[in-house]
Amino acid sequence: MAGYILNRLVSAIPVLLGISIIVFLIMAMIPGDPATAILGSYATPENVEKLNRDLGLDKPLVQRYFIWLGNMLQGDFGRSFSLNRPVLHEVLERFNGTLILAGTSFAICSILGIAAGTVSAARQYGLADKAITFAVLLGISIPSFFLGMMMILIFAVNLRWFPVSGMWPIYGARDLSSLISHLTLPAMVLATVATGVIARLSRSAMLEVLRQDFIRTARAKGVRERSVIWRHALRAAMVSIIPVLGVQAGFVLSGAVYVEIVFQWPGVGRMLVDAILKRDILLVQGGVVFVAACYVMFNLAVDVAQSLLDPRIKT
Amino acid sequence: MKRSEMTRRTLLAAAAAAALGLGSGTAQAQSPENVLIVGQIAEPKALDPAAVTAVNDFRILMNVFDGLVRYKDGTLEVEQALATDWTISDDGKVYTFTLRDGVKFHDGSSFNAEAVKFNFDRMLDENHPHHDTGPFPLAFFFSAVNSVDVVDPMTVQFTLNAPYAPFLSNLAYPTGLIVSPTSVETHGADVGRNPSGTGAFKFVEWRSNEAVVVEANSDYWDGAPKLEAVVFRPITDANTRTAEMLAGGIDLMVEVPPVSLSEFQGDAFTIHEQAGPHVWFLILNAKEGPFADVRVRQAANYAINKEAIVNDVLEGTAAVAAGPTPPAFSWAYNESLKPYPYDPDKARSLIAEAGAEGAELTFFVTEGGSGMLDPVAMGTAIQADLEAVGFEVAIETYEWNTFLGEVNPGLEGKADMAEMAWMTNDPDTLPFLALRTEAWPDKGGFNSGYYSNPAVDKLLEAARVSTDQSERARLYQEMQAIVQEDAPWVFVANWKQNAVSSDRVGDFSLQPSFFLLLDEVTKK
Repeated sequence: MAGYILNRLVSAIPVLLGISIIVFLIMAMIPGDPATAILGSYATPENVEKLNRDLGLDKPLVQRYFIWLGNMLQGDFGRSFSLNRPVLHEVLERFNGTLILAGTSFAICSILGIAAGTVSAARQYGLADKAITFAVLLGISIPSFFLGMMMILIFAVNLRWFPVSGMWPIYGARDLSSLISHLTLPAMVLATVATGVIARLSRSAMLEVLRQDFIRTARAKGVRERSVIWRHALRAAMVSIIPVLGVQAGFVLSGAVYVEIVFQWPGVGRMLVDAILKRDILLVQGGVVFVAACYVMFNLAVDVAQSLLDPRIKT
Repeated sequence: MKRSEMTRRTLLAAAAAAALGLGSGTAQAQSPENVLIVGQIAEPKALDPAAVTAVNDFRILMNVFDGLVRYKDGTLEVEQALATDWTISDDGKVYTFTLRDGVKFHDGSSFNAEAVKFNFDRMLDENHPHHDTGPFPLAFFFSAVNSVDVVDPMTVQFTLNAPYAPFLSNLAYPTGLIVSPTSVETHGADVGRNPSGTGAFKFVEWRSNEAVVVEANSDYWDGAPKLEAVVFRPITDANTRTAEMLAGGIDLMVEVPPVSLSEFQGDAFTIHEQAGPHVWFLILNAKEGPFADVRVRQAANYAINKEAIVNDVLEGTAAVAAGPTPPAFSWAYNESLKPYPYDPDKARSLIAEAGAEGAELTFFVTEGGSGMLDPVAMGTAIQADLEAVGFEVAIETYEWNTFLGEVNPGLEGKADMAEMAWMTNDPDTLPFLALRTEAWPDKGGFNSGYYSNPAVDKLLEAARVSTDQSERARLYQEMQAIVQEDAPWVFVANWKQNAVSSDRVGDFSLQPSFFLLLDEVTKK
């Protein structure tokens, strides 16, 4: 197992290098340079050239890439010009926000999705199944930014149960209860689509398992139905559900961008969107490489979890 | 089985109720009295006036720092601030300022002539020990400054390399705000996160992506502010900003989207409006194609229904523009100019006269951008009006920075017209940078439509070197009349900045400079 993990970590290096090259090239090739973005109306060729020189963007492309890579390997991600602070500080702080949001959403969608899918499968074509299938379709079909705005309008503006936006109160204690009240709406919105997808796939995975011989054997032995479904069948179905969770975790992370914008959540997604619009090259590059590294690690964790659960999968 | 399910349901219900209870508890906590919470449109870049370019950042800075001069309340005319008096030499090149006595920076250090010299040298002198705290993108506002000299501790002298009339109003712009030299020496490049000025409010903290907090400076030379503190919250999404305002999460919001204004009718809110030094126009390619003929350019001005654009597309958040200079520069504005009326018949006959019927036009439209209002909807309305008088208009849409990259180098060979908007602090800036022959893109200017009229060039150059305001006013007014007739642009709109305040906020008004001044504001 340790050898397997090491092997996977080593094979992540070319992936991350590739990503660093791609994001570097994209930022170098998209039209509009940082100096023009900063200067706006005042972007005369002369002003642009001077500012580019001040920002160190007048060096050749290849040289810039290796300077960036070399600094990054030493832990220096550079300084964001649009926020005027070290990229790594900003990314870590923002990633923390995204982790809280996406982590909570992921927990919600995993639990709700698997539970709903299991109930659906257990009561195939029953009332519960139909109700869940309907709710799932609705959830998958609503764009999250629209759902977010509606939730804000209903629960924050009209009912005033929750704050509209942000992660912490502007006034008052920064404790768990204030975090939860800020987190509830965005986490629910972000979880909606993924819950639907997980529920659908859990349902079919469960149906598959429920048709198998060992389930019939269990029932014939007189094992209680509840135990058959939640203990025997679900455990077997988890083998095909876990990879789905892995994929959905990726979707939750990328879906966080919209939710972070609507709810002004201080996360890495909103940071990247702002950084791209401002052509904040180092912040975009650093942020993308960091997120990619986390994604690689997460995929590795999913694979390890799967092999622990199912000994047939060789590591 | 039945029983345990009931338990689970009860548990879920209890959890939900708890979550809602928690929510209602904190969300309804009201913000304290005398603390104003302002909804900003973005996170500031830095709180170093020399290093920033965005109006969003200026809104904070103007409350923390002072300049040598400032704009008189409700106008764009300069008055004393940290300088109590000044003289200008007869050749217009030497400005001598007498400084206000007894003023201290928030960090306790003294404001004096050395501090003024430090500020401008830091920006302009590449060999200054703290020049590396930049870059200073708007330093060119002061590129006419040759040297800054300390005459005595309370007198400072600026020597320019040529007479430059906008110098005083540039000093009133945020780029001219005075930073404590001690704070620069202490914090280096991080001074933008540890600002220290002489202004009405002192910096307290900056919580990234959450808030910038400032508190009253009780020793302020112009009288202590009425508020105890101001919290600036960055809320980039306009709909979310509107929701926060409706829910009471902020007391004051700026840049309200036109479509949201109707939400704030009624007694609980006050809508503020103020026309600013902004003009939204179409650059016409006067070098080639149909717009090389002045009659076709005038036809475009007649053909576009500007009233409909400002009232229907912009919901009344702008006024129809008459010429290149916004009326907010009241001292330099030519009152006798009337906007081109909406007259499609006149447009058709001018087009027929010029033989440009059915001409195909390429029109550059941007998706967004600073001061661009609602560029896609406006572009579509303009396209429809121009097609109604017989043009064939093809729109090409670009993201803002890409758009600037296409338009600023000039429209030749690419397009016949492009959207553009400018917000400036002196009537000199826009025409000087975008209408002179010497400002064609290949010479480093913004005259992307290649307009050229020697009479206009002469007027603008004369206005720049005159230090007599009434003389400058006369020259600008003459320039506006000629430019309106020559129609190098379609003059479309002057943006009215808006803001909404809650009924807890008193004595707030917007400034034509678009800055946000909060020292007189109250909150109950």
